[in-house]
Amino acid sequence: MSRLYVFLKYLAITLWSIFVITPFLWALTTSFKTANGVTGGPTYIPWLQYEPSLHGWRSLFGGNAGGIDIVKPYIDSLIVTVSASFISIILGSLAAYGLSRFTYRAGFVKNADLIFFFISQRIMPPIVLAIPFFLMLKWLELLDSKIGLILVYVALLLPIAVWIMVDFFNNIPRQIDEMAMLDGCTPIQAFIRVILPNSVPGIIVAGMFCLIFGWNDFFFAFTLTFTDTQLLPVAVVALNSSVTPWWSLSASALISVAPLLLIAFVVERFLSHGTLAGAIR
Amino acid sequence: MSLQLRDLNLSVNGVTHLANINADFERGSLTAVIGRTLAGKTTLMRGIAGLQSLDRGAIQLDQQDYGRLPAWKRDIAMVYQQFINYPHLDVFENVAFPLRRKKLAEDVIGQRVRSVLDKVGLGGFEKRRPSQLSGGQQQRVALARSLARESGVLLLDEPLVNLDYKLREQMRSELRSLLAQQNQTIVIYNTTEPVEAMLLGDTVVVMHEGRILQVGTPAHVFDKPASRQVALVVNDPPMNFIQGRKTEEAIELAGGVQIALPQHLKALVPGDYWFGLRANELRLGGSELQGKVTFSEVSGSETFLYLDCVAGPLTLQVQGVHVYDIASNVAIEIPAIRLFAFEAGGEQRLVAAPATGARS
Repeated sequence: MSRLYVFLKYLAITLWSIFVITPFLWALTTSFKTANGVTGGPTYIPWLQYEPSLHGWRSLFGGNAGGIDIVKPYIDSLIVTVSASFISIILGSLAAYGLSRFTYRAGFVKNADLIFFFISQRIMPPIVLAIPFFLMLKWLELLDSKIGLILVYVALLLPIAVWIMVDFFNNIPRQIDEMAMLDGCTPIQAFIRVILPNSVPGIIVAGMFCLIFGWNDFFFAFTLTFTDTQLLPVAVVALNSSVTPWWSLSASALISVAPLLLIAFVVERFLSHGTLAGAIR
Repeated sequence: MSLQLRDLNLSVNGVTHLANINADFERGSLTAVIGRTLAGKTTLMRGIAGLQSLDRGAIQLDQQDYGRLPAWKRDIAMVYQQFINYPHLDVFENVAFPLRRKKLAEDVIGQRVRSVLDKVGLGGFEKRRPSQLSGGQQQRVALARSLARESGVLLLDEPLVNLDYKLREQMRSELRSLLAQQNQTIVIYNTTEPVEAMLLGDTVVVMHEGRILQVGTPAHVFDKPASRQVALVVNDPPMNFIQGRKTEEAIELAGGVQIALPQHLKALVPGDYWFGLRANELRLGGSELQGKVTFSEVSGSETFLYLDCVAGPLTLQVQGVHVYDIASNVAIEIPAIRLFAFEAGGEQRLVAAPATGARS
């Protein structure tokens, strides 16, 4: 019985892994192919089935073979995503701590309504926000700039950070804050010295979500920038001109997934060490 | 040098949590506040600590007005009912935390933390995290942290209630000697258990529904409860009350049970009264009263019998472990000499049974 269970479990995991990994394998082989190799059908073994070439990879780094320099969008994407995530985590933690610990009332608006207000920002489709954002950035003269994008991304990522952190803070007993205050901490010191150190797992999770959502956004990067600033997802799509350069596209797809892969491994390390789960009883 | 509470009041949404609390606590004294759950004990402590704002009233420690002082500026340490420690710090840093906030010198901190940890029996556990300790050990860490501060006031809010029976008994006696050494500190100890209050307190304060009902030495509160409510709270199991009437010659309990008039009730004006009798002073046997067992339970080495009889429901405590069938009949003897008399239409105690000096 249990043997059958283990067998079925690993069978399921194996099938799922194949399903998930195959596109990556495909992209990896394609990125080393030339036009001939791509049109020659699905082939996977270099040298035997197709002649590998670094053409696709070279074109991403300012090569002249019809490619676009992807280094600058890559760095811009990193700057925008990391800054927006960082700001969101700081503001989000503070907002979440307030919502978790204090009772607010403004007319009929209470804590739960405020939390819903934050989440509601993610309920409407992004296209609803596109025009307001566009007009706001235009008015601020921040269209086509990294600062403008960071501001927009903070607005998009903050709800995620607040939502995750409120839940996390709610699970830290209030008596711990009180104890810190009795031990001589002001409320801000209690937050920084006691609550934050105990929230590291929550901050990591929230930060991870912010980075993923920010990194993957195409829509706002596309609508709010033109020439000066270009983020990675837009640059990757821009590769696709009259003739699709499958090799460059595959290579750029792979390197744009790389940071997320790195995050996944770091978080997995945390998870397997049990520091995320059960950090607090 | 004392802590003075003057006229503390708090009500939330029309529910009274504290009502006209007046009390004085001296340095070096240990006051046990006893009351049932929701009696206002914890609210009182949170008010003193500055964690709960009050509707009105004044709190003074050594002439310093605490009313407007935030919690972090008050010289007050507290141990919670739950085991509250800083999960991200090891045992040493947990105990050192308040000392670091006071910016004490590193060698003073090290010395004080180690000496306190030795006192609570946690020497050698300095590097452990709270999550790696048992419940009893976690509460010792919390206790050590509160002791290390050497604060003016130490509040203990039912610190032993979440421990298992054996450990509670052990820590109770340890606490007694630990707290006896705190001769510069005002110690206030909340409890629901009469035994704990009697054992630990120099003074016992009885609270009920946000009010202080009686203040006195343990013996005084136990032997001369001011009211029926106090008698309920300071006896475990709670005192039995039987309606009855005193005539010139005898006591007539409800259901027509006649008892010879004991010496200490002779001066009582004839009339209706509530008569109180402790569960451990009722005896099995005799021919005065028949009772039907509704429930029986064994607690430690004693058996509690819940009886239904013509005079009303009674609780009876028997030494040793016995098994009684439900609905079986037992004969009850009422020792007239142990009767307390309370107002029939009110709460006040009128006559106490003579003190025996015996404690259960």
